[in-house]
Amino acid sequence: MSKYLVLIFQDEAAKQSDGEDMSAPYQEFQQRRGASLLNGAALQPPSTATSIRRDGVGGFSVTDGPFAESKETLGGYYLIEAGDLDEALEIAKEVPAGIGVEVRPVRMVS
Amino acid sequence: MPQAASSEVAAAVADAHRREWAFVLAATVRVAGDIDTAEEAVQDAYASALSTWGPRGIPKKPGAWLTVTARRRALDMRRRAATAQRALPKLLEAEEYRDTEPGRDAEGIADDRLRLIFTCCHPALALDAQVALTLRLLCGLSTADVARAFLLPEATMAARITRAKKKIAAAHIPYRVPAASELVERVDGVLSVVYLVYTTGHTAPSGADLMRRDLAERGLELARMLRVLLPHDRDVAALLALVVLTDARRGARLDEHRELVLMEKQDRSKWDRPAIDEGVALLREALAARPPGRFALMAAIAAVHDESGSWSETDWQEILGLYDLLMDSWPSPVIQLNRAIALGFAAGPAAGLAELDALGTEPQLARYPYLAAARADFLTRLGRLDEARVAFEEALILTDNETERGYLRTRLKELTG
Repeated sequence: MSKYLVLIFQDEAAKQSDGEDMSAPYQEFQQRRGASLLNGAALQPPSTATSIRRDGVGGFSVTDGPFAESKETLGGYYLIEAGDLDEALEIAKEVPAGIGVEVRPVRMVS
Repeated sequence: MPQAASSEVAAAVADAHRREWAFVLAATVRVAGDIDTAEEAVQDAYASALSTWGPRGIPKKPGAWLTVTARRRALDMRRRAATAQRALPKLLEAEEYRDTEPGRDAEGIADDRLRLIFTCCHPALALDAQVALTLRLLCGLSTADVARAFLLPEATMAARITRAKKKIAAAHIPYRVPAASELVERVDGVLSVVYLVYTTGHTAPSGADLMRRDLAERGLELARMLRVLLPHDRDVAALLALVVLTDARRGARLDEHRELVLMEKQDRSKWDRPAIDEGVALLREALAARPPGRFALMAAIAAVHDESGSWSETDWQEILGLYDLLMDSWPSPVIQLNRAIALGFAAGPAAGLAELDALGTEPQLARYPYLAAARADFLTRLGRLDEARVAFEEALILTDNETERGYLRTRLKELTG
C-alpha cells in the first residue's frame, strides 16, 4: 500500500461555509471511503494564512496571505492509502471538492 | 544447435530486437519489479545473445531464450540490490520467479505486453511522455532514436523519459490492464498515442523528408500488436483500419523528383491494393459497433478515397456525412477544417471557402498551416489569384516540412509566373 496526499482546491471567490458542520456530501464520502482515509482537515480561508519565507541569511520574512497567490486556493486535504495510483485517483475523484483535487504520492523516508 | 556465422547472429539479434523487444521486456518487468531494472536486464540479454548465439547456435525460439536470460539477469540484479539494502521505490511487488520457459502462446505473456502498454499510456503521464515511453519501451527504440524522431536534443528526450519513469515508480502507476469499467476510455488513450506515432511518421511536422518511414512503421506495428492483444475490441480494429488505409497510399505521395503529389493528382495504380482490402475488412468489423467510434469514422473516410477509381468519382457527399458524424460526437477545429474542405468539393469552392473563413478566428488553428493552404487552393480555383498568393505565403510561413514547403512554393510560382 502507498500513501497519497489529496489536496482539495477551491475557487477563491467561492463562499466559505462558516459553520462547524461538515457538509452532507463530505460526510457521505468519509463514510464510504473511511477505510482508505488516514487523516484529513478542512482549512480556514486563505485570508487567514501567514507565510514564512527564509531570507537566505538565517532570518525569516513573515507575510500575510498564502504562499502562492492564485485563483485556486487550498481548502483542505486528505491523507489516503491506496494500492496504486489508479485506486488513489478513483478515491480522489469522489472527493466532493469545489473545483478539483491534486493527488501527490507521499515520499517514504526510511 | 549448430554454430552460426557472425553475420547471421547479428541479423538474428536485430530481428529479435524488432520482433520480440516488447514481449521480452514486458515479461521481465514482473520479475524485475521496476522498469529500469527490467530494461537493463533486457539490454544485457540482447548483448549476451550477440556473444553466445555464434558458438552455441541461434535458438529456435529467440524470444523465449531472451526472456529466460533477461528474467534471470533481473533476478540477479534484484538480489544484489537487496544485499546492498537499497530501498528503491518499486513498480510492483515482484512475483515468485518460476523457472519455466515462457511459451509465446501462453495468455499470461500476451497480457504482459498489454500491461506495459497501459502503463506507458497512463493518463497521469503527459502525452509527449506517453509517446516517448511507448517508443522506448514497446518498440525498443534507443533514447537517441526517439529524440531524432521528434527532432529534439537527446538530452531533452532523456530527461523526459527519466521524469516519466520516476513518476511511474514514485506515484505507483500500476502495471495492469485496467478494470472493465475504465477499459474503453483507457484503450482510447492508447490508440491516440499509437495514432500520433503513425501520423508523425506519415507526414513529418518538420525536417527535409515528407515521411519518416521508421516512425510510421512503428505506429503500424503498434497498431498490429494491439490488434493481436485485443482481438475483440472494435476501436482497436478501427485504428488499425485507419492506419492501413492511410498507409496504402504512401507509394503515390511523392513523384520521381521526391516532390509532394496531393491525392487529386496521385497515380492510383501505385496504391497498395492488398492493404486497402485488409483495411476495408477491418473497417467492416469496426463498423459493426453502434454507434461507430471516431477512429472508425476516420477510417471510413480513408476508405471512401481508397475505393474511389479517380478523384472526380470521389463520393464527397458520403465524406461530408462522415465528417458530420465526427463533428456530432468529437467536435474539434481540425475536423471542422477537414469538413470545410470536403464541402468545397461537394458543393463548390465558394461554399468551402466560406466555411474556412469562418474558422479564421479559431485560436487552435492560428498556427495550423493547412487552413491557409486550403484557403489558397479554393481561392485559386475561384480565380481570386491575388488573395490566393497571400494565403500561399501565409501557409509557407507556418509550414516546417521542407517537402511541403517545396510544393507550396511551386503553387505560388504558378500564380506569379
